[in-house]
Amino acid sequence: MTDRDDVVGSSESRLSPHPVARRDFLGLGALGSAAAAFLFATIGMLRLPKAAVLPSPSRRFKVVLPESLPFEEPYLAPGRHVALIRDAEGVFAVSNVCTHLGCIVKPSATGFYCPCHGSRFDRTGQVLAGPAPRPLPWLAVRKAGENTYVVDEEKEVPAGTKEVA
Amino acid sequence: MSGRSEAPAAVSAVRRLGRNVLATPGRLWASFSRAGRPATDRSRSKFVFGNVFLHLHPARVHRWSLRWTTTWGLGIAALSAFLITLITGVLLMFYYKPYPSAAYNTIKDIHFVVPTGRFIRNIHRWAANVMVVTVLLHMARTFFTAAYRKPREFNWVVGMGLLALTLGLSFTGYLLPWDQLAYWAITIGANIAQSPRELTDALGITAYFDPGGFQKLILLGSTDVGEEALIRFYLFHVMLLPLGLVALLAVHFWRIRKDGGLVRPAGADERLGSVDPETYPVFTEAPDKTYHLAAVVKGRTPWVGRGPENTLPAMPHLFYAELAVLMLVVFLCVGLALLVDAPLKELANPDLPENPAKAPWYFLGLQELVSHSAFMGGIGIPAVVLVGLGLIPYLDRETHGTGEWFGGPGGLRLVALSAAVGLGSVLGIEAFAIRFGWLRTWWPDIPQLVITFVNPGTFLTVVYGVFSVWAVRRYDSTRAGALALFTCFLCGFIVLTIIGAHFRGPNWEFYWSPSHWPGH
Ligand code: HEM
Ligand code: FES
Repeated sequence: MTDRDDVVGSSESRLSPHPVARRDFLGLGALGSAAAAFLFATIGMLRLPKAAVLPSPSRRFKVVLPESLPFEEPYLAPGRHVALIRDAEGVFAVSNVCTHLGCIVKPSATGFYCPCHGSRFDRTGQVLAGPAPRPLPWLAVRKAGENTYVVDEEKEVPAGTKEVA
Repeated sequence: MSGRSEAPAAVSAVRRLGRNVLATPGRLWASFSRAGRPATDRSRSKFVFGNVFLHLHPARVHRWSLRWTTTWGLGIAALSAFLITLITGVLLMFYYKPYPSAAYNTIKDIHFVVPTGRFIRNIHRWAANVMVVTVLLHMARTFFTAAYRKPREFNWVVGMGLLALTLGLSFTGYLLPWDQLAYWAITIGANIAQSPRELTDALGITAYFDPGGFQKLILLGSTDVGEEALIRFYLFHVMLLPLGLVALLAVHFWRIRKDGGLVRPAGADERLGSVDPETYPVFTEAPDKTYHLAAVVKGRTPWVGRGPENTLPAMPHLFYAELAVLMLVVFLCVGLALLVDAPLKELANPDLPENPAKAPWYFLGLQELVSHSAFMGGIGIPAVVLVGLGLIPYLDRETHGTGEWFGGPGGLRLVALSAAVGLGSVLGIEAFAIRFGWLRTWWPDIPQLVITFVNPGTFLTVVYGVFSVWAVRRYDSTRAGALALFTCFLCGFIVLTIIGAHFRGPNWEFYWSPSHWPGH
């Protein structure tokens, strides 16, 4: 509220009585509750576009590694963006979704490279070059039979976690 | 009309009906316009304000606003391109189905089977591009003529909203064909929305605070680009964004009138000289009304106390000019549509990124920045630029040079110097990064946070910032700083866009020309 002393009485508007009158208070209260109602309605409406259940396919899948798969050679799970790699210590899964902007990386001689902005990763997903901000994540792998593994794309595990073959 | 007495009883109602039927075409035509033919000065004014569509225009326009060099017709050109996309877009909606299994095929049908389908699709695509170009040029012209100053500050801010909506419309439209180009451009775009994670990951707080993930989720409705994303983009493209744009345009045009028409320099009246005798008559009859509406308009208008001597009737002077711009834009879009087909690649394949995967051309400058740091290039620097642009009219409160091309302290010389600095630094840093690589090339274990904050994009931003602070000091003027900054960023934008569009090939590597790309 502005300082009222310099205001000539007659020029005051009905909406700015002096001092804060009951009507003013009620008016402000009404305005405030209208604003709050619109605010909550807006938040409520924004809630709708944020899906509670994501319509993505199941993120857990079974994969059978070929008997002949050489050590250290990535095996690309069909239809999934995951590479499984077998070495002397066991089997691990590396996501093939580039951590930069989500392109699908491809295997190269030294590991993986991304066609979109040229990020390069080694076989364990560590960033070698390019704009990727972090290593390719490792995913949970569980052995489910001879050469058969279940990979859970939802579940990230610390790099170095291998499932004994 | 009330003056006419009842028809004499001798004429039967049936005869009168017959006469009315015969007179209907003529009466319909006469009632079409409230004031009749725009023949006199008065009826020409009425022609404007008696028509719901035309009355956004003033009845009379200052001669300064009618000069080509004032606006180059760019605002109207942007509007024309928008109208063309509206009409052609509605036509495309007759066949397009926004569902992944159908979208690609319907576009293919439109392109190859539907009568005139390819032509309409091409026009739509070209008009969208023309709209982006003209909006950017229009923005540059309002900036360089200092048209954003009081009382037009808010219209500049509205303009920023229009720019955002224009880019949003183009971007959402890019996904709809559901081909490889679309799919991967949108994947990259959606991950740019998620890129605040680069920062939150580096700080280790993503688990608690994840604005990036939230943005991507709202945009795509899922974790990947799929049917949810397509229907969302469709909704935005054909409903929400066009409605928003129309609403903002109404405000934009309304404010132009209320803010006293287009900006003009202080000495406009003296500089215009007298009216060319060949001009369509200014007054064909003595005005029996003064222009009280005009007098209410905010700001310093020449009408107040000076009479309307330097204005011309909007009908025909303004309308014919606008129609000329509209025809030019139609001509341009149709010509381009005849010459170059809109692209349609293979069906989207989520397993195989397009290589190179390029966004629409006006985002390729950003994509170049993003190839250094996703967060800074995609969110950080654009946010700084947008906020900076929005603040311009509130920081530059000077009056010197308003309405003049490159007006203000420094003028064209400062703009030329800024262009040199802007071009030099962007070419220099890009050449350096392309030739020698960047921090990670030399220190592979460098923390991501360092790269996020020290990369060619942030380097440029700082150089431009420092240069404009220098300009503010040198000319003792905020307008000089604004001129320097705007020119620098414009140069940076253009150079980065060209690099992204022409000089980047597979794996985003540098090639002198696309003809050198390795074959697939
Ligand atoms: C869809 C996009 C837009 C359309 C259709 C549009 C249309 C127009 C039109 C027809 C005018 C009249 C004068 C002229 O043609 O230059 C105008 C004036 C103006 N526009 Fe825009 N505009 C758009 C976007 C923008 C943008 C992006 C900005 C800046 C951020 C902007 C800022 C202004 C300002 C400040 C004026 C007043 C100019 C003066 O008084 O001389 N507009 N606009
Ligand atoms: S998405 Fe892989 S480098 Fe950009």
